[in-house]
Amino acid sequence: MKGRVLVVDDDTALAEMLGIVLRGEGFEPSFVADGDKALAAFREVKPDLVLLDLMLPGRDGIEVCRLIRAESGVPIVMLTAKSDTVDVVVGLESGADDYIVKPFKPKELVARIRARLRRSEEPAPEQLAIGDLVIDVAGHSVKRDGQAIALTPLEFDLLVALARKPWQVFTREVLLEQVWGYRHAADTRLVNVHVQRLRSKVEKDPERPEIVVTVRGVGYKAGPS
Amino acid sequence: MPGDSAASAPGQSGTRTERPVGRKASGSRWGRLLEGGLPRGGVQGSPVLRLFMRWVRRPLLPVMRLWRRNIQLRIVVTTLLMSLSVVLLLGFVVIGQVRNGLLDAKVKASQSQATGGFTVAQQRADSAASVAGNDSAAELDGERVQNVVEWMTNLVNSLSSGGQGAFDVVTLSPASADGETGGLGPRASGGVAWDLSVPEALRDRVDDGTSAVQSYTRIFYTNGQEPQPALIIGKQVNDPTGRPYQLYYLFPLTQEEKSLSLVKGTLATAGLFVVVLLGAIAWLVVRQVVTPVRMAAGIAERLSAGRLQERMKVSGEDDIARLGEAFNKMAQNLQLKISQLEDLSRMQRRFVSDVSHELRTPLTTVRMAADVIHDARVDFDPVTARSAELLADQLDRFESLLADLLEISRFDAGAAALEAEPIDLREVVRKVVSGAEPLAERKGTRIRVLGDQQPVVAEADARRVERVLRNLVVNAVEHGEGKDVVVKLAAAGGAVAVAVRDYGVGLKPGEATRVFSRFWRADPARARTTGGTGLGLSIALEDARLHGGWLQAWGEPGGGSQFRLTLPRTADEPLRGSPIPLEPKDSRRGRGGSDGAVRHGGGKLATVPVQAVEHTATRAPIGPLPGGGQVPTADPTALPGNGARVVSRAGVSPAAPPAQRSSEDAGQTEERLPEDGSEEQQGKQEQQGEAFRGR
Repeated sequence: MKGRVLVVDDDTALAEMLGIVLRGEGFEPSFVADGDKALAAFREVKPDLVLLDLMLPGRDGIEVCRLIRAESGVPIVMLTAKSDTVDVVVGLESGADDYIVKPFKPKELVARIRARLRRSEEPAPEQLAIGDLVIDVAGHSVKRDGQAIALTPLEFDLLVALARKPWQVFTREVLLEQVWGYRHAADTRLVNVHVQRLRSKVEKDPERPEIVVTVRGVGYKAGPS
Repeated sequence: MPGDSAASAPGQSGTRTERPVGRKASGSRWGRLLEGGLPRGGVQGSPVLRLFMRWVRRPLLPVMRLWRRNIQLRIVVTTLLMSLSVVLLLGFVVIGQVRNGLLDAKVKASQSQATGGFTVAQQRADSAASVAGNDSAAELDGERVQNVVEWMTNLVNSLSSGGQGAFDVVTLSPASADGETGGLGPRASGGVAWDLSVPEALRDRVDDGTSAVQSYTRIFYTNGQEPQPALIIGKQVNDPTGRPYQLYYLFPLTQEEKSLSLVKGTLATAGLFVVVLLGAIAWLVVRQVVTPVRMAAGIAERLSAGRLQERMKVSGEDDIARLGEAFNKMAQNLQLKISQLEDLSRMQRRFVSDVSHELRTPLTTVRMAADVIHDARVDFDPVTARSAELLADQLDRFESLLADLLEISRFDAGAAALEAEPIDLREVVRKVVSGAEPLAERKGTRIRVLGDQQPVVAEADARRVERVLRNLVVNAVEHGEGKDVVVKLAAAGGAVAVAVRDYGVGLKPGEATRVFSRFWRADPARARTTGGTGLGLSIALEDARLHGGWLQAWGEPGGGSQFRLTLPRTADEPLRGSPIPLEPKDSRRGRGGSDGAVRHGGGKLATVPVQAVEHTATRAPIGPLPGGGQVPTADPTALPGNGARVVSRAGVSPAAPPAQRSSEDAGQTEERLPEDGSEEQQGKQEQQGEAFRGR
């Protein structure tokens, strides 16, 4: 049921190969090769996950990512040939949840896709507080003074992970494992970028964060409630 | 030993070691220059004297430096000295000329005056004699003498009366041998002290001939007048009785001397002005030349510092302007060339980057296809199945090679960015070691970690440090021949270090630097079998450099090797030493040395005798290396940056404290590379591939 994947890639061979692999893993892939048509296809397909190549004809992947993120919290995994910090960070900042650098192994890709999809399984009802925020885990909502704050699923998971153990300092590696579902070491830049994005949404002053606090040299922890 | 020459010759490390020596030499050259002619050799014996010389020399040092560095000063001083000597020479010549001119006239006038005087005296004597002869031929001698005395007095008076103040007259009777003067005492007009004024030598010459003789003298007066310079002319004349006497004319030269001193004073004043003005002129002229030169120097410096848009100001059309134009043209061409090169290298970088990116998309497809095939290989016949395996394996290798190439091109392009934050190296080491465990198990190797009791924190890029350490650890495991691998951590001063020690084949001489070369393989035939990109250690070295740290290798043939990563505790802080000595304490030499120390009793390191020049690494028990194993002192013998390995030479007293040792032999001890590690070496290369696959 959970398995519609929209593949946005202009390389037909790669797209076809991705299709083979995804189908083999039980997903339902659909394809679009042009950045301009990506958004329309997204609305039409209503995928559970988007695989997005960064280099596209027409609108580039960053732009497409922004557009999709503007109207949906659907997980986006970027495919990129560039692993340089700037490229990755720009991609993540535009709203992607995760990225995977070409060339990748099919298993790795599938693992990441599953990790992104798995988290949406129904959670137990739970109320958490972090700073002046109230988190309804089951209802998937974050409120400040009764005012809802829109977060992507990933950002929500990140916040929940921190809020569940406010006494604990999370290293980036631990967060990667808990939030992204990576068991092996991955790029900690993922964490940095998403913490920034989360702060820009939940902090009153993102320059002086109170909800997600940096512990220098170690990682992050939830601010005092 | 065959390795000896090879050990020090190749690679950067060889030249590097020379450098301190060279500097020292030049230093002493300066020293010699500074001392100038001071007798240094003789001074060396006595410390007191040496101190004194130093004390004398110290205030001169700034002056000497100014002299060396300031061409304007040099030219002005030279001009002053030269014009001074020219003016002096000129002055002497002019004064000589003037004096001659003045005296010539005076002498001529005096001579004619004197000649007239002599003639008159002779005539008078003759006439007096004839009168006397006629009148009183029978007169007594005494009367005659009386007459002569009177006559002589008259003569002097009359002669001198003509030139009151212009000259004086002196008569002297010949100093006859019997002392008899015949009653004719000396007479002098104008209060002249005749005995002082008439030089003895002149008197003798007058005695000797009948012609007039002249000389310069000073007139002394009996009446208290100041003595004066004078010309004296004397002649022997006969008195009325026919006896010779000496008649002298003395012409005072007071006037001439006054004129001369006036001329001298004028000349001196003028000369002084000329010298000073010449100095000033030289200063101005030199300044005209030196100012543009200095400007050019300053601008050249700024150009070389990268400010390529700097230009000289050019005005006029003279040589200086030409210099400026040529300079500017040069700068412009340089700028052009540099920007061309920059463009070129940017294009090339883009090209490399584009190529590897373009390669990646099809490679991804191939990779996925290969994996699908690989997964389905059980259904294939054996040949196809094996082919599928090979395909998948080699794709792995291809990928890691591509990744490494891209990484290296990033370093080459200067595009590698350091994301430094305080990290605990123990964490990184733990992660790396646990990652390498499976491989270690396969090889039967145990990985031990030392020095992880306290935190070892440094500002570093965790991703890069991890990559470096993984490379080192995997290399060590692969080449450790199943023996232990020791990972040691230490922090001291402003540095932290991780050393990875293995006890495998070790490194051949010279290989300690070459292991860091790209695609370098000690034994190409063997390297192929394990595969590896050949770029692992190069990337590791670049990673270390990016941190401002060092990555160095040490190894001895058959004794294993040690790779040491040293990082500054805070970014931007220059490294001065490493907390871990590059050569491990348990190197063969180290072990041999401790034996030696024990043998010599008391374990006193300092007493270990210095071994003669037999210093190949394979030989020679010597004292334990200074700094010991975990002793957290800085190891200043470490060379920055590249992979140069440092091994103290046998000839150097090994027990000297590290600091002292560094100053003494940092330049000379290095590069005693152990032989035979070649196989080890290749192995290293192969592992790199492994190391990177994990990345």
